[in-house]
Amino acid sequence: MTVIEVLAPGLLTTVQDLGREGFGPMGVSPSGAADPIALRIGNRLVGNAESAAALEMTLLGGVFLFPKGALAALTGSDFGATLDGADLPPWTSFKVKPGQTLRLGPTRSGARCYLCTQGGIAVQPFLGSASTHLLSGLGGYEGRALRKGDVLKMGDSAIPGCSSYSSRALSTSRCKKVTPKILERLLPRKVLRVTAGPQSGWFSQAAEKVLYGATYQVSEEANRMGLRLHGPPLPEGGHGAMISEGVSLGAVQIAAGGMPIILFVEQQTTGGYAKMANVISADFSSLGQLRPRDEIRFERATFETARNLLLEQETLLAAKDLIVETTGDRKGPL
Amino acid sequence: MPTNKNVTARFERASDQSLLIYFGEQITPEANECVRRLLHLLEQEPVAGVRNLHPAYCSLLVKFEAFEWRHEELERQLGKYIGRLSNVKLPEPRLMEIPVCYGGEFGPDLDEVAAMHGLAPNRVIELHTSATYVVYFLGFVPGFAYLGELARELVTPRLLSPRRKVPAGSVGIAGNQTGVYPFETPGGWRLLGRSPLKMFRTDREGLSLLSIGDRVRFVPVSRERFAELQPA
Repeated sequence: MTVIEVLAPGLLTTVQDLGREGFGPMGVSPSGAADPIALRIGNRLVGNAESAAALEMTLLGGVFLFPKGALAALTGSDFGATLDGADLPPWTSFKVKPGQTLRLGPTRSGARCYLCTQGGIAVQPFLGSASTHLLSGLGGYEGRALRKGDVLKMGDSAIPGCSSYSSRALSTSRCKKVTPKILERLLPRKVLRVTAGPQSGWFSQAAEKVLYGATYQVSEEANRMGLRLHGPPLPEGGHGAMISEGVSLGAVQIAAGGMPIILFVEQQTTGGYAKMANVISADFSSLGQLRPRDEIRFERATFETARNLLLEQETLLAAKDLIVETTGDRKGPL
Repeated sequence: MPTNKNVTARFERASDQSLLIYFGEQITPEANECVRRLLHLLEQEPVAGVRNLHPAYCSLLVKFEAFEWRHEELERQLGKYIGRLSNVKLPEPRLMEIPVCYGGEFGPDLDEVAAMHGLAPNRVIELHTSATYVVYFLGFVPGFAYLGELARELVTPRLLSPRRKVPAGSVGIAGNQTGVYPFETPGGWRLLGRSPLKMFRTDREGLSLLSIGDRVRFVPVSRERFAELQPA
């Protein structure tokens, strides 16, 4: 079994897959990758199922040693990765030779970068998922962010005919990349499309004018639970406490000061603030790439538009030519 | 819940992949009973393409597969379930006892709550331990049970500014509700004491100590007993 040794963890690096759905009655939110599109594509680049577990890095990446080598890919934001000093392009799989070190730095684009390895990261699943839920310390690697010295195991290779990881498996698997023309249409947006929230009727036209006209800045406190925003507060009326109810991923709730908060993957499952809008499913991955101080705007969409945009996104992800073999067998830096 | 009448429910779209079902707009035992019955029915007879359920006081959030359902179609399907609620039999509720060490560093707000209501701290403990509460739902974080109703004399608004860290096991009150924090989290409830029990653990079947619909009583324990009951 092959492993990854964490020489430096980066700012906040956790094990994530596509999350655990169905445990709302216990108060357990799905968690999972903040940018599921990046995770899904990264897994496909290394021949995994889309839902395999990978490492999610935040703003500043880590340093990882591969004593036994691996087939790996980096997706999401560009964290300036190098393998034994040689530059690595994102959205492309690469072979790591035994003993090589992968080094990532500060982000050059969005908030998160995914390190996917063939076989995925093997951890004890909690409620059917490898995802880390930081607030409750559940799932992932000991329920926490990675630390220096952690050693992660990788699952068995997904290559047919190879029951375990071997150098033979490495030499026979081809490196792949994402077709730029398709990738371009899946990249994160700063204008978030939203549908009306369950309490949208509580807010005045003046409040709507603010929410849909203003530019908001993502606060320093933004995390996997929620993205707090800075900007013009909404005029009085509608905001404040109400009877707690179930809240959905991407809900734009208006807290007492009139400031919006977008609930995210490690969200509380219920909450007592009015929801004026909800980010559409097709823009969830965009939320995962927002950094503190990024500027965003909200744009209204109908439920029909939201559905069509999600269908369009899934069609792109299912496109046969989304992932192609790289010309020439890219072996990675020697 | 009226067993001889049809239950009325209101649907509201929450997002492009979720909808809310409201049974009235108030926290009442009847409305919550409807929520628990619908949850029970949906767990017994799952609807394909429904991915998650978030029960609350008088509402249920249903998350669904956007490609399989449109809101109006799912509302029609759920309407059939709601039409059957009066025939749903909920399992007999369990009675759970939760030991609590009140006051001191475990219950930093006990004296203030007592002062706000012109009561002795012991009287606050007495009122808090004399009621049998219902678990209306679990939410916020894994295993956090919303319990009601608090004795009228104890109804207290939440803290104006929430604490950044509330220790796991803390027993708090807010409005007419009470509950136990399963994990160290931020929190705005006023803290009366602390329980040595782990409210959520992964080495136990069912994971959460409390489940929706359970009946709960708090039992006062000494500091020494608290230490004995604390898991190693």
